[in-house]
Amino acid sequence: MGYVAIADRDHEEEHHDPDTFITKYIWSQDHKVIAIQYGITAIFVGVIALILSAMMRLQLGFPDTFSFITPENYYQFVTMHGMIMVIYLLTALFLGGFGNYLIPLMCGSRDMVFPYMNMLSFWVYLLSVIILLASFFVPGGSTGAGWTLYPPQAIMQGTPGTDWGILLMLASLGVFIIAFTMGGLNYVTTVLQARCKGMTLMRMPLSVWGIFIATVLGLLAFPALLVSAIMMLLDKTVMTSFFMPAISSMGQVPENYTGGSPILFQHLFWFFGHPEVYIVALPAFGIVSDLLSTHARKNIFGYRMMVWAIIAIGGLSFIVWAHHMYVSGMNPYFGFFFATTTLIIAVPTALKVYNWVLTLWEGNIHLRVPMLFAIGFIFTFIHGGLTGLFLGNVTIDLPLSDTYFVVAHFHMVMGVSPVLVVFGAIYHWWPKITGRMYNETLGKWHFWMTFLGTYAIYLPMHYLGFQGVPRRYFAMGDTDFMPASAQDLNAWITIFALFVAFTQILFFVNVFISLKSGKKADPNPWKATTLEWQTPDTPPKHGNWGHELPVCYRWAYDYSVPGYPDDFIPQNVPPEEAPAGRQHGVAEH
Amino acid sequence: MEIGLIILAIMLATLLGWLLKQSFNTQPWVAEAVEESAYQAPFNARPKLVALVTFLAVVSSFFALILSAYALRMELGDWIPMTEPRLLWANTVILILASAAFQWTRNQAVRGDAARIRSGLLVTGALTIAFLVGQVVAWRQLYAAGQTLTLNPSNAFFYLLTAVHGLHILGGMYVWLRATARAFGGREADAVKQSVELCTIYWHFLLLVWLVLFGFMLAT
Repeated sequence: MGYVAIADRDHEEEHHDPDTFITKYIWSQDHKVIAIQYGITAIFVGVIALILSAMMRLQLGFPDTFSFITPENYYQFVTMHGMIMVIYLLTALFLGGFGNYLIPLMCGSRDMVFPYMNMLSFWVYLLSVIILLASFFVPGGSTGAGWTLYPPQAIMQGTPGTDWGILLMLASLGVFIIAFTMGGLNYVTTVLQARCKGMTLMRMPLSVWGIFIATVLGLLAFPALLVSAIMMLLDKTVMTSFFMPAISSMGQVPENYTGGSPILFQHLFWFFGHPEVYIVALPAFGIVSDLLSTHARKNIFGYRMMVWAIIAIGGLSFIVWAHHMYVSGMNPYFGFFFATTTLIIAVPTALKVYNWVLTLWEGNIHLRVPMLFAIGFIFTFIHGGLTGLFLGNVTIDLPLSDTYFVVAHFHMVMGVSPVLVVFGAIYHWWPKITGRMYNETLGKWHFWMTFLGTYAIYLPMHYLGFQGVPRRYFAMGDTDFMPASAQDLNAWITIFALFVAFTQILFFVNVFISLKSGKKADPNPWKATTLEWQTPDTPPKHGNWGHELPVCYRWAYDYSVPGYPDDFIPQNVPPEEAPAGRQHGVAEH
Repeated sequence: MEIGLIILAIMLATLLGWLLKQSFNTQPWVAEAVEESAYQAPFNARPKLVALVTFLAVVSSFFALILSAYALRMELGDWIPMTEPRLLWANTVILILASAAFQWTRNQAVRGDAARIRSGLLVTGALTIAFLVGQVVAWRQLYAAGQTLTLNPSNAFFYLLTAVHGLHILGGMYVWLRATARAFGGREADAVKQSVELCTIYWHFLLLVWLVLFGFMLAT
């Protein structure tokens, strides 16, 4: 006898169904519950970060109006907003949330391969969030060093939160990385080892591909952040000099630091920081591919190309980090090298965009809420991607560096775009997760107000950047190069930022109404092919598949196959019962 | 950052080669009946081994990045090299012995000799603890000689590298402790076989890391 797939083996082991409230919903080892725990925690901190951004906008739009926003507060808001959104919301939600929920269901396994470690991963993540939020309440408040935490100012007197805030921030990051590593080992091992019979790698839905490669990136890139956090922690606590140079201040040398290199920190930080962009983007790419294909009733265009583009982007993302450091005084040849690699990464990325558009071509497009968000993503992502071409070139980056153009670029490409996918994915999988439908009209309002609102915020911001308005300033004061109208534009942006922030209440209202009195959902309301829609129960019970594991016979994109009555063939329908895939359709042409 | 990049490139190339093998020339859009071979489980479906190898990749990245930082810092003009204590040579020999002892224990585990597994585990544990104690003694010697942590960057790097390496060994000792407890709890040799095998890989890996670190520090 050959080997037995892991997924088939588990009936030999004890299979406890959790029965008490505590084991079912609190100390749960079920990947679906852990996913929801991750999701709720991430969205909770995300809302805090959203409120922080609203406070920043109040100050920028109407300076000298709000006495409770001091310059110190402002910098703390900027820092915490950035850090929370990038790491504690997006990374945790895409990998801990959607990764946990989708990998076992889409791969046809009963759970992650190490459920206990998976549970631990969530609780350690929660601990990191608590440490992070605690820094608001310590003496001196949270750190105000900017989300990049550049030394020496991150730990020097004068920056807000240099006593406790920075310590808690670094500790929280360390704890988060431990949590992520435990989760990440699970995701990688589950994808590699626990797929159901017939689920070859090249039959996996692109969502799983995106999450898988993003996890690999995370596992290899987060150590860079850990290294820099440890070194900075040592600089702060025991006065080593990894990053801290000798500093003289007002003619005196107050600190006994000697010989550290601040640039070293920038290299380490961005060695993590750039892959981090793709840790957030790749799951979004994968998920959006599945949303587009499902709601356009058409197979994804160029599946293999899409897989290889994900892998290529993942690999390339490790050799572009210094494009964040063009103004750090680097050797021009380095700048040239990194500009080249940065532009090369546009090739697989553009390829993905073409394939999304070609997937829509002649599709039977259903403009349901998840589809609206997916198409909205294509817009915002192209937009953010194009401004990336500006900033990737050294000569154009130099004048634009540290202006609002940069802020607009990265918010468009890795703020708005992934968040649109997050919402699309939540609306898409909501019926499976909760077993209930949501209010379609409310969802559409949510989409249009968010989508148009973000354009009202970020388009003018590009213009401010061209005007040379610097980012991270508490107040602009009187400067010659900025026209007075720049301030009017800032007020406009603030009004729409508040509008979009309040619009998100629609989402929570929708969630609340759906949970309370939503219509019971059909097991497969979108008529999708992937395995998670073929579970015997909705929402899936512990163990996902009842007695028998599914067998996968086809790829995830058999939509509108000629010669089959339905316009979709689920992955677990054997070839004897349905046409053997697109091949026939293609051959007839 | 060259060191970090080279290590990463090797790891990514390995993954890439494997993925290429999985996906080259496949036609995912063709549905077909499932044969045994359709389920492509790598590494004979051993999730713990896969997880360990993945974890070792994470640890490699971690150490490679510290070494990269080390190398980057050295390039600045004011680098003052540090003289490593001679005790480190003895510690290195002890760690090599510990690794060899684990390999022997593993061979006994494969043969199913429970008594020898127990003695093997004890010897390995003793040698590993001796290594850790030796490292602490080396630190104390350095401190006595005035080579403190904050004196200059090369010292700071030395303490950091030895400390994180020691912490990784301590983490391994936790798994060793569990395996030993199981071996002495009267369990069959088969029950400890997998932990011993995985521990052996981890010990060899940390020995390799140490040799690289030590060589790097000696050379600079």
